[in-house]
Amino acid sequence: MLKINDLMVSYGGIKAVKGITFEVPEGEIVTLIGANGAGKSTTLRTIAGIVKSAGGSITFNNDELTTLTPDRIVAKGITLVPEGRRVFPDLTVLENLKVGAYLRKDNLDKDIRWVYELFPRLKERSWQPAGTLSGGEQQMVAVGRALMSRPKLMMMDEPSLGLAPKIVKDIFDIIKEINRKGVTILLIEQNANMALQTANTAYVLETGRITMKGPGLELLNDEGIRKAYLG
Amino acid sequence: MNLFDIIMPYIIAGLSVGGQYALIAIGYTMVYGILRLINFAHGDVFMISGLVMIYVAAEVPLYISIPIVIAIIMVIGFTIERVAYKPLRNAPRMSVMISAIGVSYLLQNLALYLTGGLARRYPTIPWISDSIVFIGITTRRVTVITPFLVVAMVVVLVWLINHTKTGIAMRAVAKDFETSQLMGIKINSVISSTFAIGTFLAVAGSFLFFSNFPSVFPAAGAMPGLKAFVAAVFGGIGSIPGAVLGGLLIGVFESLIKGADIILGPAGFGIIRTPMELATFSDAFTFVLLVIVLIFKPTGLFGDKPTEKV
Repeated sequence: MLKINDLMVSYGGIKAVKGITFEVPEGEIVTLIGANGAGKSTTLRTIAGIVKSAGGSITFNNDELTTLTPDRIVAKGITLVPEGRRVFPDLTVLENLKVGAYLRKDNLDKDIRWVYELFPRLKERSWQPAGTLSGGEQQMVAVGRALMSRPKLMMMDEPSLGLAPKIVKDIFDIIKEINRKGVTILLIEQNANMALQTANTAYVLETGRITMKGPGLELLNDEGIRKAYLG
Repeated sequence: MNLFDIIMPYIIAGLSVGGQYALIAIGYTMVYGILRLINFAHGDVFMISGLVMIYVAAEVPLYISIPIVIAIIMVIGFTIERVAYKPLRNAPRMSVMISAIGVSYLLQNLALYLTGGLARRYPTIPWISDSIVFIGITTRRVTVITPFLVVAMVVVLVWLINHTKTGIAMRAVAKDFETSQLMGIKINSVISSTFAIGTFLAVAGSFLFFSNFPSVFPAAGAMPGLKAFVAAVFGGIGSIPGAVLGGLLIGVFESLIKGADIILGPAGFGIIRTPMELATFSDAFTFVLLVIVLIFKPTGLFGDKPTEKV
């Protein structure tokens, strides 16, 4: 579904991503794990069109994405839940969800109902400005907002960042639930344990290069990975 | 004559000119809200609106020239943004501000070139320029309708911003460019709509203002523009209701000071015996007000609270 081929990205002369190749098959949960500064966020931001690539290609169902603007990429069915949640603090929860559906012109009621089923807590807080919510609730808003665009592929940048372990588990359960509904997921995490347990396929990214690939559970049991990422 | 009869004309005139400042102030405050840019050219766009109206009205009847002027000025506003500000989207804020000052001088000099520096007489728009008697005061209709018109336009504007898709997108873009892009929002078209609205209100303000003070010259936008900017800062830059309240208050106080010699004199409160020429200080008052506001409430009446959750 999503194919990344020899992707290179530079930030002001520094190569953040040095030619990585991987793919995300339809219906799967794929994870990229790696330390801080490995190039994980940059990769997702490049796929979303926020950052321009310096070489290589990104194709989604055989359409080239590297030349497209972010709004065209959203229109193709790719959404990114950004690192640190980035909800719109002054907008209410409901308005945040509506902004997520910005490009859609059809009726949103069904999708709003689905998001509220996934996160009943958000329904209670529908009219509250999103900035007043707790970190976990804001993460729910960020995920719900992304779902409102009816994505085929949902990319998530560190959904567990700064959240209590119990909430992290809830979020990962929801990720699996969303995946079962047919949304393909590309997840990047420093919390390798959770990510590897959840993912069908995992890639390890080190300083801009992919150094390892395999099924999530297999990497979870790998001696080298355990030492480097699971402590 | 009782006090009411003496003070009321100044309050009505103040609300009127204050409403005109408010219309210009909304343009400053909206552009600041979304781009964090003080659009110094805004007052000059207001002046150009007056000038274009003079030239267009000389050729075609007034009822046609009003929509033509609105269209021309909105195109100018859009073009200024695309040519002078958009290429600097990722540049430091200071660069954009300098670009705005450049546009301001460009417009003023263009006006100087076109008019030769002479004041041109603004056409009389019938109906709104008619003399009427309102609660016992003889004035022009424009003076009375301006505050109502401003309130009506602001109610519509606030509704648009709170309830339409474009309005929600504007509020989203004002907070976070990048995340807005991730939602599929085209930043540039949202910014263009913001400039379009701000420019439209400046044109509307120019029709009302120049019907009251029918003389257009290259610096005619400088003082109203500056006062509208003060109004926006006073109300809390970025806040539309703040800009309106700021505009109205500045207009009323300025007008009261213009009439201070009469209001405080023997015919009024009788506090002063000889005129003190207080009217001379009416412009200075605006800026003293700005200084006071900045000292005691740096974010203005309705400004953004600087509390940000990290």
